[in-house]
Amino acid sequence: MEGAFILEKLILVVIVFTVSLVIAMYSTLAERKIAGFMQDRYGPNRAGFGGILQPLCDGGKFFFKEEIIPAGAHRSLFILGPTLAIITACISSAVIPWGQTLDINGRQITLQVADINVGVLYIFGVVALGVYGIMLGGWASNNKFSLLGAIRAASQSISYEIGMGLSIIALLMVTQTLSMGEIVAQQSGFVNWNIWVQPLGFLIFMTCAFAECNRVPFDLPECETELVGGYHTEYSSMKLGLYMFSEYINMFVSSALMAALYFGGYNFPFMNDLGLSQNWITILGVIAFFIKIFGFIFFFMWIRWTLPRFRYDQLMNLGWKMLIPLAIANIVLTGVITIVKDTYFS
Amino acid sequence: MSIFYLVAFLAIIFALMTIFTKNPVHSVLYLVVTFFTLTIHYILLNAQFLAVVNFIVYMGAIMVLFLFVLMLLNLNEESEPMKSNLVKIMGAVAGMCLIATFLGAFKVITPDNEMVVGNAEIGLVKNLGKVLFNEFLLPFEISSILLLTAMIGAVLLAKKDPKKV
Repeated sequence: MEGAFILEKLILVVIVFTVSLVIAMYSTLAERKIAGFMQDRYGPNRAGFGGILQPLCDGGKFFFKEEIIPAGAHRSLFILGPTLAIITACISSAVIPWGQTLDINGRQITLQVADINVGVLYIFGVVALGVYGIMLGGWASNNKFSLLGAIRAASQSISYEIGMGLSIIALLMVTQTLSMGEIVAQQSGFVNWNIWVQPLGFLIFMTCAFAECNRVPFDLPECETELVGGYHTEYSSMKLGLYMFSEYINMFVSSALMAALYFGGYNFPFMNDLGLSQNWITILGVIAFFIKIFGFIFFFMWIRWTLPRFRYDQLMNLGWKMLIPLAIANIVLTGVITIVKDTYFS
Repeated sequence: MSIFYLVAFLAIIFALMTIFTKNPVHSVLYLVVTFFTLTIHYILLNAQFLAVVNFIVYMGAIMVLFLFVLMLLNLNEESEPMKSNLVKIMGAVAGMCLIATFLGAFKVITPDNEMVVGNAEIGLVKNLGKVLFNEFLLPFEISSILLLTAMIGAVLLAKKDPKKV
């Protein structure tokens, strides 16, 4: 590996990190603004023009608050919890293709940090790891509400991972590859988007993504009405901030994942008919990808301020008795359609 | 090669830590790290699919369930039930039997047995899938039936008898 390659990847990693952190930061403001809009009020508008500096103020406040580690807590695991949560949230964006290739002075630069040939599974692994942060934090707090939150998080994430995995299998039967780069490259234009062939799979995937991100209506691990604050009841200062931050980064990454897997990623309609140079197509593609991502983030927030929270048994019934059978039916259906298409219409 | 030795060393250290720590939650966490080192081993062998499946299934699902059960039971040093000496002796004997089996197996492999160098790309998803569904289809299906049976058995055991409730 030559130096230029490493430098190029390093710059890309720094950009991806910065962008995901800034988006997570401004998602907090967007969430409050959208909540305000939906409830017919202003939302934060004091710090800066229209509240634009609000996330910075919140961040500063988190840093200066007193750091409390409860006396009965398990110190090292108490610190490890939020650390793991934020690390796993940050590394999952490594395999997402942000755009096509840029051509700078004859050098082809792919806008993807790593195109490993098991990309989709890598994201699954990292998501599965993410629950350790919540579990360890909740257990180490030595508080019954935290513990209940942690246990809920664990069973919820395991239950919905199955549905998510099964919905992805149907998608993989269509795409025939596990590499994120190839999956997105196949969806060139508008009619090739996977949503047209996998609408049911997308619905299942999206529901499971909501549950994996612990977002309303599936935010049972931090259900205030039953568990005070859930798994982060005992957390204060920036440790609480990290938990919240990792939730917003997860939301950003799962929006990116939904856009990339089902909505064509950086592909946009008529991209091959514009007659622009490759660099312009790439730049427009990145913009299109981010518009899709913001659309999904807005959808996440829209749902949050519209739907009430599920009860825990309803959550489990939905996961095991509805989504998993539906996902299996989707796999069978996809298989049958693929075979019929191959034998009679090829 | 030096990476292999480093990772193997770490794997053994963390495996030992799993056994010797008193706190069951720490023990599970060390086991998670041990599985992670095994994942790195698979990557070194260019078995990407196996690596990532090991990562998802063992680290992401099975160990989360272990941790889940430990947290529900809230085990710690004081509440840990003491095992009787008979159980300990039986455990030791069973462990010795396993070691004897391993030693016997390793003695058969002498260095002059020629190493079989297979296809280096065999660990990639495409090749692995083809091998599984062509050459090893029967064992593959039988093992999946075995897993299904175990699952049904577990559900049946967990289900309460409706007459007794």
